[in-house]
Amino acid sequence: MPTLFEKIRDRHVVTSREDGNVLLYIDRQLIHEVTSPQAFEGLRTAGRSVRRPGAMLAVPDHNVPTTPDRTVRIDDRESREQIEELRKNALGAGVALFDITDPRQGIVHIIGPESGLVQPGITIVCGDSHTGTLGAFGTIAFGVGTSEVEHVLATQTLWQRMPRRMRVMVNGALRSLVTPKDVILAVIAKIGASGGTGYAIEFAGETIRRMSMEGRMTVCNMTIEAGARFGLIAPDETTFAYLSGRPLAPPPSLWDAAVADWKSLPSDPDAAWDREVALDASNLEPHVTWGTSPQDALPVGGIVPDPEKQEDPGERARMRRALEYMALSPGTRLTAIPVDKVFIGSCTNSRIEDLRAAAAVAKGRKVHADVTALVVPGSGLVKRQAEEEGLDRVFVEAGFQWRLPGCSMCLGMNPDKLKPGERCASTSNRNFEGRQGPGGRTHLMSPPMAAAAAIAGRIADVREVAR
Amino acid sequence: MIGKFVSLSTVGVPLDRGNVDTDAIIPARYLKTLKRTGLGVGLFFAWRYDAEGAPRPDFPLNRPEYHGGEVLVAGENFGCGSSREHAVWALMDFGFRAVIAPSFSDIFHSNCLKNGMLPVTLPAAAVRSMIDALLAAPGGKVEVDLPAQTVRGPDGGIHPFRIDSFAKKCLLEGLDEIALTLTCAAEIGRYERERKKATPWLFLDLAG
Repeated sequence: MPTLFEKIRDRHVVTSREDGNVLLYIDRQLIHEVTSPQAFEGLRTAGRSVRRPGAMLAVPDHNVPTTPDRTVRIDDRESREQIEELRKNALGAGVALFDITDPRQGIVHIIGPESGLVQPGITIVCGDSHTGTLGAFGTIAFGVGTSEVEHVLATQTLWQRMPRRMRVMVNGALRSLVTPKDVILAVIAKIGASGGTGYAIEFAGETIRRMSMEGRMTVCNMTIEAGARFGLIAPDETTFAYLSGRPLAPPPSLWDAAVADWKSLPSDPDAAWDREVALDASNLEPHVTWGTSPQDALPVGGIVPDPEKQEDPGERARMRRALEYMALSPGTRLTAIPVDKVFIGSCTNSRIEDLRAAAAVAKGRKVHADVTALVVPGSGLVKRQAEEEGLDRVFVEAGFQWRLPGCSMCLGMNPDKLKPGERCASTSNRNFEGRQGPGGRTHLMSPPMAAAAAIAGRIADVREVAR
Repeated sequence: MIGKFVSLSTVGVPLDRGNVDTDAIIPARYLKTLKRTGLGVGLFFAWRYDAEGAPRPDFPLNRPEYHGGEVLVAGENFGCGSSREHAVWALMDFGFRAVIAPSFSDIFHSNCLKNGMLPVTLPAAAVRSMIDALLAAPGGKVEVDLPAQTVRGPDGGIHPFRIDSFAKKCLLEGLDEIALTLTCAAEIGRYERERKKATPWLFLDLAG
């Protein structure tokens, strides 16, 4: 009667302690330039080495510029030094590196699955909270701090406690132009930004089963915004078909054995859960956030809520602060909120299906004169695929900028950022104060919704724009 | 090697906000460092300084009454969002040694323990009254006693807290967790040999 999480955990226990902590074997680690330099430095200081360099993959993504001149020069000295440090550390330890000039370079959570190294039943970590993305393959995937990055480099293990078990059941067919992003925004709004703290969340139900791997990754990507370090989805034929033939997937000689193993992983029908949540997706509307927490999501037809109607004084104060920061008044229709910038990208929504969905809305239309809009593919391979399909031309003809892969405007640590007071329709994952740049204001939404906002010059219901 | 933590008797600094995320604790532009030190300058930057870079006089970290306080008392879900350990490094570089809150994000909580910083989870009502007392009478003392697992608030009330026994031992003794884990190297090696037989596809070198 174990859950998917418990099955994976049980096969990774190296040893356990009386206090309930287990030493969990970590099959793979992804490494990026921002959270790894201190880990490698720590190893050097202690005279330690990387235990299994062949189990690691490194890529620069957070502070790389997304303009073509980046291969010639990077103006920001500190960014340049971090990228150089990553290169030095990876090469020095014999760790695979998708460097800035490599066509496979991209956002760490995009390139891992794309390469085929993320496979059902594995444990995988990265010094980045959105590592939960990879749980879409039926893995224990989680974000860690730099000390834990160092611990995995040195020992290939981590001490872990068993999280509680939550299952989120999503049933019902999604309506046209309603996406996996809307599903996860609705889930976060329902359980709250800390509703998943201490839990591993398994997403199940007919809606999830029907999703592509890309959609499932979008759902698991934002599990951390509900507080849960782990999001998981049981592997199935969709998962196996996605992995088949990828460069780092099991080779043909081992494929059948791997698939047989993977088929044993899904949670048993009588598995026990500490908490169960259900969402009916059949009536789900496109969602947009109005505040400064991802839980502040509403259907696009809604209005900015009134803090004074909130009974809890703490929540009332939080909402007041959020509205002040966002410069919004209660009662304003969400579709009346103008935007200055539009960002289509990030580890949440920069895969090929996201770009196709945004391009379908952009095709034959024009970006509003007052809007600057960016499309940032999640990896060099996504970029190439999009260009082969002509999506780049659709975007450029509509007035979007077509960029090189990276984290870009998701987090305000590379040249793509908001100026103080600017308002952005963004397909990223966090609307925290200052997340996209100091003083910047973020409204989270799906790729088609962001494309619609670019065209309308304001938050818009994509079903009206695309009519 | 992590710093030792035993006990504190210090000014409590109230931060009356819930869902304090790690982007607020340390904005991403301060993450371009190769070091763990010096991050205190960026701590709560957008809340400490206005758009012109002048300190906001009403923000607790800027008020002289709270100067030198080593315990931060804040709202629920503290440290949510990004996994950046820089958030803990920034708090410690500024001088904090413990944070008291009704709840913490999982990753931030773990990051604290790796650095000798104590995250103390207390009931929401206890934290509320502590914040109210520290706001009403700035400069109030908070005592944190890790061996006894208690916090004494500015009103003298004693609040017990729970902590994982291993985490407590690591904090009290300043243990190097990697060195401890490396004492299990034989078990790790044995696990790898068995696992390689069962799932050989997971032992193919990613570097090719």
